[in-house]
Amino acid sequence: MRFTHFFFLLYFFVFLNCKQEKIQLYKIEGKQIAISDSITANSEIESFIKPYRINIQKDLDSVLAYSLDTYSKTDGELNTALGNFMADLIYSEANPIFKSRTKKDIDMVLLNHGGIRGILNRGNISKRTAFQLMPFENNIVVVALKKPQIDSLIDYLSKQKKAHPISKLKLTLDKNYHVIEAKIKGKEIVNNQTYYVATSDYLYNGGDNMNFFKPNDTLYRLDYKIRNAIIDNFIKLDTIKPVIDNRFTQIK
Amino acid sequence: MKRRNFIQKTSAGTALMALGGLGLQSFSGTSTPTKITILHTNDVHSHIDSFSPNDAKYANKGGVARRATLVESIRHENPNTLLLDAGDIFQGTPYFNYYGGELEFKLMSKLKYDAATLGNHDFDNGIDGLYAQLPHAEFQFITANYDFSNTIMDTHTRPYKTFYKDGIKIGVFGLGIKLEGLVAPNMFKETKYLDPIESSQEMTRILKVDEACDLIICLSHLGYHYKNNPNKISDLALAKATKDIDLIIGGHTHTFLPKPTIVKNIENKNTLVNQVGCYGINLGRIDFYFDADKNKTANGTSIII
Repeated sequence: MRFTHFFFLLYFFVFLNCKQEKIQLYKIEGKQIAISDSITANSEIESFIKPYRINIQKDLDSVLAYSLDTYSKTDGELNTALGNFMADLIYSEANPIFKSRTKKDIDMVLLNHGGIRGILNRGNISKRTAFQLMPFENNIVVVALKKPQIDSLIDYLSKQKKAHPISKLKLTLDKNYHVIEAKIKGKEIVNNQTYYVATSDYLYNGGDNMNFFKPNDTLYRLDYKIRNAIIDNFIKLDTIKPVIDNRFTQIK
Repeated sequence: MKRRNFIQKTSAGTALMALGGLGLQSFSGTSTPTKITILHTNDVHSHIDSFSPNDAKYANKGGVARRATLVESIRHENPNTLLLDAGDIFQGTPYFNYYGGELEFKLMSKLKYDAATLGNHDFDNGIDGLYAQLPHAEFQFITANYDFSNTIMDTHTRPYKTFYKDGIKIGVFGLGIKLEGLVAPNMFKETKYLDPIESSQEMTRILKVDEACDLIICLSHLGYHYKNNPNKISDLALAKATKDIDLIIGGHTHTFLPKPTIVKNIENKNTLVNQVGCYGINLGRIDFYFDADKNKTANGTSIII
């Protein structure tokens, strides 16, 4: 009897008590704390990071090649030594991969001027240089295009009047920026032929308003990063000495 | 007073739980307030080291080892602390290019992050690249609007997680941005994006009604606000269109806010939206004070920002 009473009473009190003591949110304080050099670094975390950092620095700074001069994407009008170097290396590094998979050759390469994010300094060249030139994770793709889209591509280049890097395409404009010569691998561009254009997945997806890659016959994803192609090319070369040539010019 | 003491002591016992069927959290409130501290980061983008003194924009700012010191001291001051991240943990420094996110996850585990949601850049090495790093993450990934059921990530994320801190029940759910157009389809594979507002409605119902949470937090990678595209779903739009969310911790737009934004939700109640820029330059801190004392709670919730 007593025991039941006890529980009854308890339940009653608990019920009352809860009603009275319902927890409620009554104040919110918000602020932002700057992570500045006035905060001491946690030494355990710091020493955990250290071996990773040293390993990356060692790898990034190991010398792969030598650059004969300083090359910037702004040295030149419609083609620059640095842009030519980039487009040509995409051809030379990606073509063997593309050929081994498809038994076909890449016909031309197109990159974008804005995609070159750094300069090539005279002197020793390391992986860090490749990260500076190409910090993004873009991959090389090869797109199968027919003449109408190649024509739009050429039209785009003539209207942009910019040194978008190209390889294996020769383009000459008159003083009004009209195309007077356009050849791929030294040949006229003809109907019914499929042209295999190597570019970045960024541009393929319409980056820099390059809207001529779609529709297309086929898209080949090489799963090969542009930066890795640059690094592979640095490893192969002793001395880097690209030049401005006549691949994309204007007759004034 | 005696009665009260008696009940407080008894409340810890299991007999009472069975009797009343009322949650324990309802009893812990005495006259001492409970403070819940929410710490948060977003868009750290592999910025493990602090910026160099020569950096044009962020000289000497950021750094995980410094963040660790700060978080530790705040946890020491208030053990009722949660540490959350709103996504884009990956991509931005060679640490990611070399180690694929391993170090980012290991460090977040060492800092005892409680949960994170996924950003679009967390798919930069593909959904397989994300999956490969999961063994290094000792914290929960939460996302309510990515349906991973046809992908390798299936069962490795949860729509929400609840935490108990000093009798306060906190529900945290996650929201991700539409991946199409941001991430190549071969990277996110068969991840299905669900409507963030519908997902939020479901989450707040579960957390408020079923889980009876005292505090509901949304970890979002939707972006703060799109000035040129106001119809695009964003944290501000989400806050207006939903209810029962106390705090939206945002990311994606790398928005540096002078202070958290107060938004009136669909029930005309306050929702707080915060974001702390990017690259681990700042740590967000929101303190929530709870009390059972009627004198304190009678006038509603005051927000000091």
